Amino acid sequence: MNELVKILSSMHPEIDFSVHHDLLDEGILDSIDIVTLVGEIDEVYGIQVPLEEITPENFSSVEAIYQMIERLRGQ
Amino acid sequence: MYQTNILEYLEASAKSYPERVAFSDGEESLTFEQLHDRAMRIGSFLLSNEYTGECVAVFAKKSPDAIAAFLGVIYAGCYYVALDIDMGERRISEIIERVRPRAMIFDRESRADAAKIGAGVKKYHIDVAKAHEIDYDALLSVRERQVDVDPIYVVFTSGSSGEAKGVVASHASVIDYTETLCEALGFDGDTRFANQSPLYFDAPLKEIMPTLKKGACTYFVPRECFLFPIKLCEFLEKHSINTLCWVSSALAILSGSGALEKCKPQRLNKICFGSELMPVREYEKWRRAYPDATFVNLYGPTEATGMSCYWIAGRELDEGEGIPIGKPFRNTEILLISGRRRAADGECGEIYIRGRSVTLGYFGEREMTAGAFVQNPLSDSYNDIVYRTGDVGRYNKRGELVFVSRCDRQIKRRGKKVSLDEIEAAAERCEGVERAAAVFDEQRQKIVLYYTARETGEGLAARLSVRLLRHALPDEYIRLEVMPRTANGKKDRVALDRISRGERIYE
Repeated sequence: MNELVKILSSMHPEIDFSVHHDLLDEGILDSIDIVTLVGEIDEVYGIQVPLEEITPENFSSVEAIYQMIERLRGQ
Repeated sequence: MYQTNILEYLEASAKSYPERVAFSDGEESLTFEQLHDRAMRIGSFLLSNEYTGECVAVFAKKSPDAIAAFLGVIYAGCYYVALDIDMGERRISEIIERVRPRAMIFDRESRADAAKIGAGVKKYHIDVAKAHEIDYDALLSVRERQVDVDPIYVVFTSGSSGEAKGVVASHASVIDYTETLCEALGFDGDTRFANQSPLYFDAPLKEIMPTLKKGACTYFVPRECFLFPIKLCEFLEKHSINTLCWVSSALAILSGSGALEKCKPQRLNKICFGSELMPVREYEKWRRAYPDATFVNLYGPTEATGMSCYWIAGRELDEGEGIPIGKPFRNTEILLISGRRRAADGECGEIYIRGRSVTLGYFGEREMTAGAFVQNPLSDSYNDIVYRTGDVGRYNKRGELVFVSRCDRQIKRRGKKVSLDEIEAAAERCEGVERAAAVFDEQRQKIVLYYTARETGEGLAARLSVRLLRHALPDEYIRLEVMPRTANGKKDRVALDRISRGERIYE
C-alpha cells in the first residue's frame, strides 16, 4: 500500500493521499494518470492490469486500487 | 425565406420533432421543445435585465442546460463565451479580462468558482434564468433587428504558441458551416452523436449544429469514460451512438487499448476525426474493426468556423502515405499560395481559406486580426478577405489536398526544409511506437523526438532512417511514459517545449 501511495504522490505531489480518498469524484486522476498508473503497477508490482480491470470501481480510491493489485497478485 | 439566424434551426426542429431528445448527458435530457422553451426563457431573462448586443459568459458544466444557455444568449441578441471549470481559474480569469462581459450565467457545479472570479460581473444562476417568463414581443423585436453578420460566440483557441485568441463567429459563418457539413457528411435525423470535445471550443459545433438542423441527437460523454476504455464502449453502446467526430487522440484511446477488439460499440457507422494528424496505424485498426463504416478526415481552423476540408476514405492508402485532407466543403475555396502566386502542381504552399465560413476575427485584437484575415493575395481590385492559416499543404497526384506541416513547424537544416510533422508521422508508422512528437530545440539546433511505445523503442533510429531523408532524422530520442495532452486531447507542444527545457510538467 505504501508503494502505491508513493507512486500516486509522485504523479500528484500536491495531493495528500491519506486525506483524499475519492480519486475520481474529486477529479484527481485523468486519462493520462490512469495510463501512467497501469505502467507503474506493472513496473513496481510486476502485475499487468488487463483491460477489463481498468474500471472506475477499481480506480476510485487508493484502497480500491490496492485491493485490485492484491487480487491480481493472487491469480 | 433564406436563413439568416441559427435559431431558425432550433425553431424548425422544435416544431417538427417536439418530443425527440436533442441533447443528453446520460442523466439529464432535453427534447427539442424543452430546449426551445428553455432557451426562450433565458433569452427573455437577459432582455428583462437589459442585456443585448453584447457578450455574455456561460460558466457551466457540459450539459443540455449549457446548450440552452448558449441559445438563450443568442435569443437575447447577445453572443456567448463558454467557460468551464476544466479550463483552470487562470484561463477563465484571462478570458473574462479580455472580453469583459457585464453578465454571466452559472450553474450549480460552477457556483463556487463563479463567485471567485470576475469582480464587477453580474452573475445569474441558470435556474433563475430558465424559470423566467417568455417575453415573445421582446424576442421578436430582437429578431427583427438582427442581421446574419451579428456574432454568436467567442471561442478562445490557444494556437500552437499557447497564447489565447478569441475568435468571433457570426450566424452567417455558422449557417454556412452547418449546411455544407451536413450535406458532405450525410448527417440526418437518425444521426446519434457522442460528443467528446469541451464546449468552449469550436469542435462541438460539429455535433450541436447538425443536431439542431436535422433533429438529430447528441450525447455528452462523461469525462470519466475517457479514463476507462470499456466504460466508454458501454456508454456508446447503451445510447446507440452511430457517429463520432473526435480528435484523433480520443479515438486512439479505444484502438490503442485493445477495447475495439474486446467490446466494440455495435452501431458505429460514421467515424470522423481531425484537429491533428491521425496516426495511420490507429486508423487502420479502426478500419479493421468497422469495415463497413464511413471514415472521414477533417481539417480546418477555428478562424474558418470549424472544418474547411474533408476526405472520405474510399480507397486504401499507399505505403507511407498520410491521410489526405481532401477537398474543401461547398462554398469554401482553398488557395494554396507560394510567394504571391498559386503553388504549382505538387508544390507546397500556404493554405488560405476563402468563403462565407471565414469568421469575424479576434475579439478586441484589430491588429492581430489584420495580420491573419488578409486581402486575397491574388487580387486587389475589391475587398476579398481570406484567412491565412499558417499551414502548409500540397496536392497529391490524385488531386487531393494533403496537410504537410504548420509553417512554423517547418525548419531549415543543412540548407534543406524539414517538416517536424512529417517526422512525427513517420515515427508513428514504426511498429511499436504509439505517439510521437518532434520538437526543434533552436538553441542547440537539434531535433528531439519524444515518443511513447509499448516496447523500449530500441532501434527506432534505424527504422526511421528507412523512412526519412538523412537531414530530417532526429538527433535525440526520448521515450515518455505518456504524451502530454491539451484540454482538447491534442499533443501538448507547449508542455513538450517545457520538457525539452528541463522543466517538470504535471504540477
